[in-house]
Amino acid sequence: MSWNRKHLLDIESLSAEEITTVLDTATAFKAVGQRAIKKVPALRGKTVVNLFIEPSTRTRISFELAALRLTADVINFTAEASSLKKGETLKDTARNLEALNADIIIIRHRAAGAPHFLARVLNASVINAGDGAHEHPTQALLDAFTIREKKGRIAGLKVTILGDILYSRVARSNIWTLTKLGAKVTLCGPSTLVPKVFERMGCRVTYNVEEAIVDADIINLLRIQHERQRQTMFPSIGEYASLFGVTKDRLKRTRPDVVIMHPGPINRGVEIDSDIADGDRSVILEQVTNGLAVRMASLFLINGGQGPAEVNS
Amino acid sequence: MSPEAQVQILDAPAIHRALQRIAHEIAERNENNAEVVLVGVQRGGVHLAHRLGDTLSQIWGRTVPVGRLDINMHRDDIHQQLAPRVHPTSIPFDVTGRTVILVDDVLFSGRTTRAALDALNDFGRPKRVQLAVLIDRGHRELPIKADFVGKNVPTALAERVNLTLKEDGGEDKVCLIKE
Repeated sequence: MSWNRKHLLDIESLSAEEITTVLDTATAFKAVGQRAIKKVPALRGKTVVNLFIEPSTRTRISFELAALRLTADVINFTAEASSLKKGETLKDTARNLEALNADIIIIRHRAAGAPHFLARVLNASVINAGDGAHEHPTQALLDAFTIREKKGRIAGLKVTILGDILYSRVARSNIWTLTKLGAKVTLCGPSTLVPKVFERMGCRVTYNVEEAIVDADIINLLRIQHERQRQTMFPSIGEYASLFGVTKDRLKRTRPDVVIMHPGPINRGVEIDSDIADGDRSVILEQVTNGLAVRMASLFLINGGQGPAEVNS
Repeated sequence: MSPEAQVQILDAPAIHRALQRIAHEIAERNENNAEVVLVGVQRGGVHLAHRLGDTLSQIWGRTVPVGRLDINMHRDDIHQQLAPRVHPTSIPFDVTGRTVILVDDVLFSGRTTRAALDALNDFGRPKRVQLAVLIDRGHRELPIKADFVGKNVPTALAERVNLTLKEDGGEDKVCLIKE
């Protein structure tokens, strides 16, 4: 068996075999979502806490529904309504949740490394739902799942990630996942948001959008992260749209079987034309469906990875 | 290293005879054969269910539907062990109102069968469920009994029963392994 982890903290430390185990398990859980009864008792009696210190709707809802479909009890905890506002530390907040017998804590935090910190100080399992600009492992896993489902494989595919790479945890987790599974990754976007240093992660970096998309099997678009930018990194949204947006014109110069992905929320008319987002090349909503399956698989595997014999990591 | 002693309990002809006999018993027990469907429990029961399905299709002169069921999402010991490998579940027919023959390779504690009954319930409400196993090795921990048994094999708790089938690339045989 190729999964013996207690936590899911990042993709960087996972092996290709472990990633494939999550994807294979997610296939079985996607089928559960297509049944009349969409619920299985795998996490019956377990308590899952959504500890979202940074705002999120879609990821939180996806994790919440995933846990509910595994018959876990779920508590949602948001920063606005918490004692963190009263000066409580993250560690104390988490230990209080653990004192209520939380078994799995899903954390989103603006600070990179926050999930790793919790994993060290808690007995509960920890899942990283996004930490700063560091990683967002379940997003990358659902992207890989979607690619594999659409193309039948990942090894050898050309995947272009287009947009704000610098501030994107989705980009980092995707790069780790795809390179480990043997895809060829190209990064493209404004030079201020796509530093050359990413070449060290095994990707190609180009600032020429036509070159980046012409032979791509997959184009994964990333949202411009206004909230994470300290100053304006490019002149205007309009300029970004005209230089890097996926327009009808640009789409004509791509492979006929190119698959367009976006982790959402999409900015119609900025990263992508409205018609293309709703068109037949786009798998944006399938990504949402697959996200549920991947998160069910992650919770299921994490829950099983707590036996006495395994090595915790 | 502990020496492993391996004793063959069934060879290929014996497995064939046992499955033929089980198929005929199923046919005898279920006169209204139009209701009968087979569901193999992953992994060991799936190939056996298909073999029984082939024989029953010949006996009844119609194609008997065969599905497969993975029970790992319904286990009661999931937190005590490593995360299991989940295999596909595919039941491409409605089980409601049908007679479902659950097929498994080895009946031991009965916990797999209990999980299979729970899992099956998520797909509908069968009229009745019958259990067919190739080997019954005893040591039941739940009130579960097989309706059709290929061979009863008395075993010690520390022993293992290992089935290989030609569909998985081996030869058909059942061995008892002492550790």
